[in-house]
Amino acid sequence: MIKSLVKKGEYFDSVSLMIVGKDVAQMDFVQDATVVMATQENKSILKTADLYLDEFEQYDDTDLLIVIKSDHEEKFDEIFKNVDDLLVEIRNKKDDQGTFNPRSLENAIQIQPESNIAIISLAGRYAGAEAMKALKSGLHVMLFSDNVPIETEIELKKYALENDLLMMGPDCGTSIINGVPLAFSNAVNKGNIGIIAASGTGLQEVSSIISEEGFGISQAIGTGGRDIKEKVGGMMFISSLDTLKDDENTDVIVLVSKPPHPAVLKKINAKLKNISKPVVSIFLGADSNLLKESGAITAETLEEAALLACAISDDLEISKVSEFLEERRKDFGKIASDEVKKISLGRKYIRGLFSGGTLCDEVQIILKKDIENIFSNRALDKQFALADSWISKGHTLVDLGEDEFTVGRLHPMMDFDLRNKRILQEAKDKETAIILFDLVLGYGANEDPIKEILPIIKEAQIIAPDISFICSVTGTKRDPQNRGKTIKSLEKNGIIVMPSNAAAAEIVNLIIKKINQ
Amino acid sequence: MNFKKLFDKKIEVVNIGLDSFKDDLEKQGEKVVNVEWTPPANIDENILKILQKNKTIIEAANEKVLEIILNGKPYLVGLDIARNVIPGMKENLLLHSGPPITWDRVSGPMKGAMIGAIIYEGKAKNFEEAEKLAAAGEFEFSPCHEHETVGPMAGVVSASMPVFVLKNETFGNYAYCTLNEGLGKVLRYGAYDNETIERLKWIENELYPTLKNAVELLGKIDLKNIIAQALHMGDEVHNRNRAGTSLFYRAIAPAIVQTCDKQEIVAKVLNFINGNDHFFLNLSMPVGKVTLDAARNIENSSIVVAMCRNGTDFGLQLAGTKNDWFIGKALVPDALYFPGFTKDDANPDIGDSSITETVGLGGFAIAASPAIVQFVGGTANDAVNYTLAMYEIAFGENNMYQIPYLNFRGTPTGIDVTKVVEKGLTPFIDTGVAHKDPGIGQVGAGVLSAPMDPFIKAAIGLAKQLKNK
Repeated sequence: MIKSLVKKGEYFDSVSLMIVGKDVAQMDFVQDATVVMATQENKSILKTADLYLDEFEQYDDTDLLIVIKSDHEEKFDEIFKNVDDLLVEIRNKKDDQGTFNPRSLENAIQIQPESNIAIISLAGRYAGAEAMKALKSGLHVMLFSDNVPIETEIELKKYALENDLLMMGPDCGTSIINGVPLAFSNAVNKGNIGIIAASGTGLQEVSSIISEEGFGISQAIGTGGRDIKEKVGGMMFISSLDTLKDDENTDVIVLVSKPPHPAVLKKINAKLKNISKPVVSIFLGADSNLLKESGAITAETLEEAALLACAISDDLEISKVSEFLEERRKDFGKIASDEVKKISLGRKYIRGLFSGGTLCDEVQIILKKDIENIFSNRALDKQFALADSWISKGHTLVDLGEDEFTVGRLHPMMDFDLRNKRILQEAKDKETAIILFDLVLGYGANEDPIKEILPIIKEAQIIAPDISFICSVTGTKRDPQNRGKTIKSLEKNGIIVMPSNAAAAEIVNLIIKKINQ
Repeated sequence: MNFKKLFDKKIEVVNIGLDSFKDDLEKQGEKVVNVEWTPPANIDENILKILQKNKTIIEAANEKVLEIILNGKPYLVGLDIARNVIPGMKENLLLHSGPPITWDRVSGPMKGAMIGAIIYEGKAKNFEEAEKLAAAGEFEFSPCHEHETVGPMAGVVSASMPVFVLKNETFGNYAYCTLNEGLGKVLRYGAYDNETIERLKWIENELYPTLKNAVELLGKIDLKNIIAQALHMGDEVHNRNRAGTSLFYRAIAPAIVQTCDKQEIVAKVLNFINGNDHFFLNLSMPVGKVTLDAARNIENSSIVVAMCRNGTDFGLQLAGTKNDWFIGKALVPDALYFPGFTKDDANPDIGDSSITETVGLGGFAIAASPAIVQFVGGTANDAVNYTLAMYEIAFGENNMYQIPYLNFRGTPTGIDVTKVVEKGLTPFIDTGVAHKDPGIGQVGAGVLSAPMDPFIKAAIGLAKQLKNK
């Protein structure tokens, strides 16, 4: 039976509620549970989850719904009381500093008059209005929220351009401004390489590699993935180019993105002609002919882009980068041969489980050169779209950060549960040869990824000792999780850790090829 | 066009949304302010747009209203009998707190108080008789607020009751309020037994004439000055009136001694005032009323001039929407209950005393009143945070009423309904709690946030008026 408790006018942010919801679902006697604000979207989710009650009709955005499914009628009171305690706990946790939190942007600026950036991560339907308020108050904005209409994005960016403001996002998760990592970003060295990115994890991978190579970042600006679409017209991408062009602390510029719309690419290319600083571009999956006229140095992978930027920063010939990558490939051959030995006959497929969407894309691009029929829930070629994202088929690369997985749940960089389950699911599949995964470190990400994932890998290794586990770790030694330490723990447990996502893809490619021989 | 100037400064962040982003920045030693964000009120977009479009007009009107509020000079100028002074007062009329209500919808304490008043007026001998008369429509009911009057809790005023007479010397308007009966079984909490009626008679026969003569001798008493001092002495003059009562006592006692020749009455009157920490509430409330009434009918203003509850409904009026009431359901306060009582015993919010919040006192000034923090969660910090939050929805700050702890910052003054709906934040009221049944009395004291509904209706009311022009 399903029972509900409604708290009118009690607002909690969605992340707090997800944390509570997770705990509630694990309570004794609870079959299913959800704790959500009574928005239209949440109500329709409840309907699909069979947790909807007719009385919910009368409630709206500012009312809290606690819905419990249980066969133990006598336990409901106790369960509701426990939920209540959890909510009180999470609210008190917020208040425990005793400091006054302003209720509005307006008052926040009064309290901290020198404020210059607003980071906004509200639900999409509120985020646009709040971002506009921030811009109008003269603040630069990082808009983390997604589900903001594209018209709103255009309006925000237009206003920002007219007022010399930086408008990052919507759907911008990563930026490093004046050396400070914001939201989901890594603790990188300061240096003379500037990055402009329409891809969050792409930016994380490039900036982390640069930092781990001993070089540094002047500014890393995330524009949000839609900036390079035709409608938005690259407004912030181009404005960022203009800014970094004149920035005396930036000597090299790296552009990271999916292929921009041709009209936008044309604009970017035109802009590049007026920039005397070296520019490295990685437009993942773009036809390299399209890029030639830009005058930019083009890279094929995120890693290559990072290394090219480092070489330029170090006044080295850029040919050194391809020499280095070529040299390294030889070592990879040996690693692949060793791994193939341990994979039993009949195991033939790669199963890639990603928390970073761009990393998933990059592996697809690298693998598809040699391997046919790679399925994905963000297939670059629609004919290879997974019919059911929850079930792998042949070679499969899944981005667990896609909406279908994150509705009502934290992003897989924070909450490992779903991917952990999927790892076990893949380990049980007799056709799985390789489980590939990414670990993204840095601020915003899970504080102890090893604790989350290692026990599961060990379990999977018991289920299937004849599977190869391959991984790459995006992050730096200065990140709170510490990349070096993370890699050591993984390697100690028989996981092959590659220096980059691209390198991981290369190893996978070699192993699959060897299996097929 | 570029944003290079951002690179010249250390970043200082305003974080709106996920707390973890703030925590991460703090760990790195960066400056960050976290906004405790709540969604705006659930209100038609178009209404917000109209209000936004007319922002300049509304603000200009609000400036005018704020000026009137800040320039108000409320004095106690005398005492009289309700029927002689309250506009429209007559036999068989009962004034009550809150917005208009009919007999079939009155709450327990309101019913008890009305019955008590009917008995007090000699129209009935007991509950049954009085109830019959009331149910038969023998009495008219009208909100105090529509008669230049305010009343605490049930706020029932009948023709024979003595009242304080206050004058706003700047604008010449008057306000009225009955004399506070003390705690225990009292009319304002819905008690109607002999003890209650006898006390009311004593107030009429001894307290009233004694005070009347004393005030006459003094000419007038500056109440704004007393409140300003009381805030420095730990009152917020809604739930705590100990300092205000003491200051009033100091002002009135010599005059009582001078004007009353019966030593026995002098002693009784002085002891009564001295023994009732809430005596001053019935002066702080009409101070709010006489100050805010002067600011009524300022076209286009979004500032609240009355906010009150009748135990069933919560109502408010704006300076810019004439005498229209905007009404929603009254909520049950989050209270600290007296031993033996729980939330189940509590009546929904009741009384005109939220006029104190409306004028920038009470819950808005609770940072000045650390002694009553147990009502608001336990720590002095909680009280300060409540006041700080109220600056978010206030149009201005007071010039006379100040909070020592906040470096004598003026209290948040002039509740702006547009800010309330935009920020999804309603006024914070501290209040007494009545038992839901007539005749039992006070069961606790506590706090509550006003319901959003009436504010949404008020915003719509104002927007419609702006659109129709």
